[in-house]
Amino acid sequence: MAETGEGKKEEADYKRLHSFPLIRHTDMAEEMRVETMELCVTACEKFATNNESAAKMIKESMDKKFGSSWHVVIGEGFGFEVTHEVKNLLYMFFGGSLAVCVWKCS
Amino acid sequence: MPVPTTVKSKKPPGAGLKVAKPASKKKDEEEGVDQGDGWDEWAQGKALIKPPDQLELTEEELKEEFTKILTANNPHAPQNIARYSFKERSYKPISSVDQMAVHFVLEGNLIHVDSEEARRQRARQDQTDEKPAAEAEAEPDEEIPENPVIEETSEIVDAAAAEDAEEAEVLGEEERPDSVEAQIGKKEQKVTNQFNFSERASQTLNNPLRERSCQTEPPPRCNFSATANQWVIYDAYLEELEKQEKNKDKQKTFSAKKEEDKLKKNKMVTETQSDDVTKVVKVVKIFERMVNQNTFDDIAQDFKYFEDASDEFREQEGTLLPLWKFQYDKAKRLSVTALCWNKSYQDLFAVGMGSYDFSKQGHGMLLLYTLKNSTCPEFVYPTSSGIMCLHIHDRLSHLVAVGFYDGCVAVFDLKAEEGGAAQPAFKSTAKAGKHTDPVWQVRWQNDDMDNNHNFYSISSDGRVVSWTLIKNELVFSDVIKLSLEGALPECLEVVEQPSVACGTSFDFHPKIDFLFLVGTEEGKIHKCSKAYSSQFLETYQAHNMAVDAVKWNQFHPKVFLSCSSDWTVKIWDHTIRTPMFTFDLNSAVGDVAWSPYSSTVFAAVTTDGKVHVFDLSINKYEAICQQPVVAKKKTKLTHIEFNPIHPIIVVGDDRGYVTCFKLSPNLRKKPKEKKGQEVPKGPEVEEAKMEKLLSLLREPDYNSV
Repeated sequence: MAETGEGKKEEADYKRLHSFPLIRHTDMAEEMRVETMELCVTACEKFATNNESAAKMIKESMDKKFGSSWHVVIGEGFGFEVTHEVKNLLYMFFGGSLAVCVWKCS
Repeated sequence: MPVPTTVKSKKPPGAGLKVAKPASKKKDEEEGVDQGDGWDEWAQGKALIKPPDQLELTEEELKEEFTKILTANNPHAPQNIARYSFKERSYKPISSVDQMAVHFVLEGNLIHVDSEEARRQRARQDQTDEKPAAEAEAEPDEEIPENPVIEETSEIVDAAAAEDAEEAEVLGEEERPDSVEAQIGKKEQKVTNQFNFSERASQTLNNPLRERSCQTEPPPRCNFSATANQWVIYDAYLEELEKQEKNKDKQKTFSAKKEEDKLKKNKMVTETQSDDVTKVVKVVKIFERMVNQNTFDDIAQDFKYFEDASDEFREQEGTLLPLWKFQYDKAKRLSVTALCWNKSYQDLFAVGMGSYDFSKQGHGMLLLYTLKNSTCPEFVYPTSSGIMCLHIHDRLSHLVAVGFYDGCVAVFDLKAEEGGAAQPAFKSTAKAGKHTDPVWQVRWQNDDMDNNHNFYSISSDGRVVSWTLIKNELVFSDVIKLSLEGALPECLEVVEQPSVACGTSFDFHPKIDFLFLVGTEEGKIHKCSKAYSSQFLETYQAHNMAVDAVKWNQFHPKVFLSCSSDWTVKIWDHTIRTPMFTFDLNSAVGDVAWSPYSSTVFAAVTTDGKVHVFDLSINKYEAICQQPVVAKKKTKLTHIEFNPIHPIIVVGDDRGYVTCFKLSPNLRKKPKEKKGQEVPKGPEVEEAKMEKLLSLLREPDYNSV
């Protein structure tokens, strides 16, 4: 793993392999979860370089779809402790380096 | 203030008041004109109406003028008042009469500012509110007392009077700088007449306020916390990928797994079903035993410690002490057809329930009792056919071989879980060589070359069959076929079918592996070898009726015992074709058993309900104990077994009861100890003891030969 040549290859592999969305924790219902996940993927792909816009887009869409007071955090590294309404939290990884936390609390 | 002028005319007094005001304003000269106007106005509407009694006056008379003078004198006032004067001691007219007439008086509820009372009140007020006072001092001009009139309030006091007084001042008042008025007037309170002032107010009831609200429960919430950073994300992805890999592998072996899962699920179901019961089973069992121990405490004490003291005085005879009695309600109508002690657990024994009566065949039952719980069997296995015989494996004490009336043999596994325990672990089928007649005896043998467990069975169909437990089935092989003349050659089997002998019992030699004895229904005993299926080594013309049991002596290799329904028990040396001993018990003998502790002691049970115990070393001709042990007269005893360790026997009868007896000391007597001499012990001694007996009997034979 340490060698650079292999390291690059590994990295490429990693990028390729780790591009899928990986739900880390959620208590949402099946339907909602799928929808939210797809929305997150869409937003992160659309605003690949701007997490803020992506978060904004997710938040606004979620507010529209599931009622207000959604909160979204997107970033490569952060810690959090949130209070959320039950059945309204999704914490997922995406693209190998992004973490997305979406929750509802009004 | 009193009215200074009075109008003297014919008008009514009310009108006077009305006129009074304008009159006071415009002075006396104009009064007449005013009055006239007033009359004219008033008379306009009724000018032509004249009272009937009015004087008719002529023009001249009408034009005549009368002069009337208005004075300030009160016409009603008395003019000739005389008062007594004490000074002059005479009545004197009073010159000055009060001319004032008061028409209307209204007490005011406010006090005039200039009055003494008002001043005092103000002073008091100033004291209480010093602040306003201080402010007032800041502007000395405003000093309140100097203002002669502060208000218009006084207007109310007495209209007419006030008007007069003020007439002159009105202008001045209005011209007065407003500053003082305005500034002070606001904070100046009206000065009240304390004797005639009441503030009127009424308070209505306030409607009570009512609050109505409703609170909904907020949607449930919970906390979640995590930390996201690159390595956590990386690890999560790696883990996920690994999982996916595994899933792929799984899918390859999917079909196989599925079946396994199903099996597992089934297992789970059965497990969970029995779970609720199994949880308490152990506890309940312990409790049951505790209760039994309490209830049958005296029996337990007897079993352990009681020795019949009277034996010492009886020399040779002994007795049996009844201990526990075992019965099971569900097996009430069945008779005991087999007994067997468990070699590993000395308190446990198996009881086979069935029926010997051809016309009363039905179901059977395998029961396992322990001495620790006499009220209820430890294991119960109901069977569809009556049990005829059983044997517990010497080493693997959980295996019980059973022979049925319908010719089947089966093996029960006590270890099997409760759920499947009702069924035997192994059972012979019609295809796999089952007997065609009742199985009279089964006996475990040593494992074969491949370490498979195996046992032998004998049946009325004349076959001795060896059964081997292979995987989950019983494999049979015929060891020998019995015939009347001798062992039947294979080829002749079909032809000589009627001559087949019925086997009723057998026993394997404890030391010589291949040697075994077979008792038959017609009373013969065959000595056979496993090696020869077609030939008997020996045939003894033993009894006149069916041989119910044959038993090798456990110490002496040559001696065996047989009993029969012809009332006799015989002891044999297998090398000699005639019996060594013959005992007639005056009733059909159901079963006989050697004692495990002495080579010369054996016991037999008879159908008249008696147990006979013999000790050949003590008495060669009679039983040393002959004791009826049944409650009812007609009860037949069917089987007897010695406990391998304890000095007790169990006896079964045809009513389904199993009774346990303790042998009294005389029945298990050891050779008398001689002083200074060690008593030899062990099987050799026992063998020698028997040998000594036999040698006495053999000698004449040898002589004769």
